[in-house]
Amino acid sequence: MAKNDLQGTLDLLVLKTLAHAGSLHGYGIVLHIQSASNEMLRVEEGSLYPALHRMEQSGWIASEWSMTETNRRAKYYKLTAEGKRQLERAQESFDQLVKGVRAVMRFA
Amino acid sequence: MAFFRRIVNLSRRSRVDREIDAEIQSHIALRTDENIAAGMSADEARREALLRFGNPTATREQVAAADATLSVEGLVRDIRFTFRQLAKSQGFTVTAVVTLAVAIGANAVVFSVLQALVLRPLNLPGAQHLYTIEQDGVPMNSYPDYRDVRDRNRAFDGVALYNFAPVGLNTGANPQQLWIYEASGNYFDVLGVQPYLGRFFHATDDHGPNSDPYVVLSYSFWRTHFHSDAGMVGKMLELNGHLFTILGVAPPKFRGSEMIYSPDLWAPMVDQQWIEGSNSLEDRNTRGLWLIGRLKPGVTVAQAEGDLNRIAGELKKSYPIDDDGLHFTLARPGLVGDMLGGPVRAFVAGLMLLAGLILLAACANLGSLFAARAADRAREIALRLALGSTRRRIVRQLLTEAFLIALFGGTAGIAAGVLLLRALSAWRPVPDFPINVPVNPDATTYAVAVALALVSGVLCGLAPIRQVLRSAPWEVVKNAAAAAGPGRRFVLRDVLLVAQIAICAVLLTSSLVAVRGLAHSLHSSFGFEPHHAVLVNSDLNMAGYSSERIPAMQRRMLDAAGSLPGVLSTGLIDTIPLGLGWSQTSVFKIGTTDFRESNEAAEPMNYAVSPGYFKAAGTTLLAGRDFTWNDTGNTPPVAVINREFAEKVFGSIARAMGNHFIQGSKHTSIQVVGVVEDGKYVTLTEDQRPSYFRPLLQVPSSSTWMVARTTGEPQQVAAELHEALHGLDDALPFTLLTWDNELNSSLFAARAATISLGVLGFLGAMLAVTGIFGMASYSVGKRLKEMGIRIALGASNLQVLGASLGRAFRLLAVGSVTGIALGLAATHLLSHIVYQASPSDPMVLLGTVLAMLIVGLVATWAPAQRALRVDPTRLMREE
Repeated sequence: MAKNDLQGTLDLLVLKTLAHAGSLHGYGIVLHIQSASNEMLRVEEGSLYPALHRMEQSGWIASEWSMTETNRRAKYYKLTAEGKRQLERAQESFDQLVKGVRAVMRFA
Repeated sequence: MAFFRRIVNLSRRSRVDREIDAEIQSHIALRTDENIAAGMSADEARREALLRFGNPTATREQVAAADATLSVEGLVRDIRFTFRQLAKSQGFTVTAVVTLAVAIGANAVVFSVLQALVLRPLNLPGAQHLYTIEQDGVPMNSYPDYRDVRDRNRAFDGVALYNFAPVGLNTGANPQQLWIYEASGNYFDVLGVQPYLGRFFHATDDHGPNSDPYVVLSYSFWRTHFHSDAGMVGKMLELNGHLFTILGVAPPKFRGSEMIYSPDLWAPMVDQQWIEGSNSLEDRNTRGLWLIGRLKPGVTVAQAEGDLNRIAGELKKSYPIDDDGLHFTLARPGLVGDMLGGPVRAFVAGLMLLAGLILLAACANLGSLFAARAADRAREIALRLALGSTRRRIVRQLLTEAFLIALFGGTAGIAAGVLLLRALSAWRPVPDFPINVPVNPDATTYAVAVALALVSGVLCGLAPIRQVLRSAPWEVVKNAAAAAGPGRRFVLRDVLLVAQIAICAVLLTSSLVAVRGLAHSLHSSFGFEPHHAVLVNSDLNMAGYSSERIPAMQRRMLDAAGSLPGVLSTGLIDTIPLGLGWSQTSVFKIGTTDFRESNEAAEPMNYAVSPGYFKAAGTTLLAGRDFTWNDTGNTPPVAVINREFAEKVFGSIARAMGNHFIQGSKHTSIQVVGVVEDGKYVTLTEDQRPSYFRPLLQVPSSSTWMVARTTGEPQQVAAELHEALHGLDDALPFTLLTWDNELNSSLFAARAATISLGVLGFLGAMLAVTGIFGMASYSVGKRLKEMGIRIALGASNLQVLGASLGRAFRLLAVGSVTGIALGLAATHLLSHIVYQASPSDPMVLLGTVLAMLIVGLVATWAPAQRALRVDPTRLMREE
């Protein structure tokens, strides 16, 4: 049985983004999710930063300050080993949710 | 740990805030850059970026809140939340706090007593090297023993001697009785005590009998009697008609070398003649003095005992008669060697064990309370999990709850314990005898109590944590009703409850055994009749009577008392049976020539009594005659013996009558003129001892107990008796009390044991009631709907009760049977302390079963009523 909620989905999106991009700042994560989803998903900054902070506390991601290409200071996040494992778990859980929902949709 | 991290994080908070701000600012700056690149003006670009971000302050707060360990605010919030939760379920909170308070209080008190009597050494420098020197487990030595051990040993740095005795203080008006330690000259030096004021006496002050008329005051006596007047040093005190110079005052913390007998004064042992009226300083075989020695560094107990018994061997050769069978052993000092120490240590250890059981029972109770609460809240917790709360946060909340309950319960328990301990420390259990047990709690006690409270509280609070962590929210939410059924999750709680009931039954069994034993001892035959009798204890020596004047004065006292209306008969005895002192002598069969201890016929108790004593005491004369005033030092020595003596030495009462025996030390041949019934002489638990009585005129004693048998309540004659005796000599100190009161001292051990066991048993029963109540009302509450259906379908009351409370009663039965079996096994120990305490007494079994049934009924009464009053229609409508 899959366990899921909106919070979990945001976590999954962030983890996946970082897995793909390696190291990214918060604004970059927003942009990446937006473009990767063909502008279908827009992440609210008001929920992104708390999520980032929580995931960092959980040890899934690590952060460090460095300079952007435009020479601004920004906080860059990247996946930890634990984060990679969490991504796999979350992905599996999400896949099951999708399957479940699909099955229901087909049946109904 | 989390708590400390929060404190540390307090200073981190502002730094974290700054970092979050910086991150937000960088985010807005990056978007502004992008906007400008997309062709907006700088102002427009920034405005749009700010708009898109929303309220940065709110975001910052949200980020900070994501890490609740970041601030004390989190902790405060947790505590506030927990308070609200606890206030909402007052039943749970009160039960849990009271349960824990009871257990912690009981443990704090018992631990404090253990600490005071067993764990903590005497309050003296280097106390771990101090040992009481005993002879075969009894700390009784003669003065020559002391001299020999002191001078010949190689194992001790010093050996000191002391003896406890009453003494009369002439205050001008009302003479007062004080307690004194007669001590060897080196006493204070061996113990390593320094005077608070003035000086102490030393070994060099000893110049033979009555050479050393000095006393040292105890601090408390100096304070209460002389109002801490430093000018008293060098002044004189008149004790027993002799003048003593006050040398100095002992320090406040020095209460003598025994824990529970603290003296008012110390005087040199060589003044024994002045203090006790006679001296045994050269009497090798009169053993009643206490020795304490300080081991040399590095000498073990076994080596020291070997050294002492080397001396014993030498003495046996030099004094084959007096020192036959001499054998020294060492014991921990402070509780009259092993004599009191053995039973006291065993009993206090036993109490500690029982208190531990109480704590276990309380923990089982708390554990099931918390588990029931967690099960009740499963739905709430599941909902919170589903709404995004983390398990960690929920566990933290449960922990905070457990912690708060441990805190409240522990504080309440310690407060109650301290009150009780204060009362205990001020208590003087034996009238007119300076026994008191200083058991004030110290830092260790507090630390142990706090640790116990926190550990047990938090552990119990964590009991249901597995349940919380494993629960899958959607399952619980989906099947809220099913989850509450009697499923597997209650197995832990059942085990806890059974354990707790078993512990309660153990406690009940042992307290009932003790109570029954005490009841037996109060109604057993003492060989005298303590009801309707007044005792007057006096020592003519304290008023300065010379030995020639003593018999006449004693006769006048008897006549004065006997002529009072309301007094039936009077008599004197030198030591009261079942009192605090006694004397034993070897006796030999007639014809014996070798008077070694190994040849003795018996070692009976011996007493000196006046004519009329047996009548006044209510001791039945089985054969022969009582003494008369014509049995004097000028007529042949005679004795009245008890039945045991007659049977043991002569074979029967008939053969004893008119026959002779030889009394040990002076080899006097004594004729038996009467036989009296057997009695109790030293303790209620003793095996029957032989004893004999001699006429007071043949073996004079200045110190006597007068027994006055009264027609009515003894208190009614007390005042007149006091008047009459005071009228004879107003300088004579005496104490007057009923025999029943006097007996309290010998029943003290049994009574203390019974009271403490009774209290523990009651606490155990209380815990069992709350435990069963919790379980029963929980299961009734959960199954109300089912009960409603059953009632609607026509179930009888009995069936409803069976369905709702059957489980509680089954658990009660299993627990009780286990507990009673364990209790019966454990109470064999008790039979050594409490007279006639027999665990195989059917009354005990019956009583325990009955008590457990009552416990069960009381605990399930309210839940049963609730189950029976279920109104099916209303219940159905509610769903």
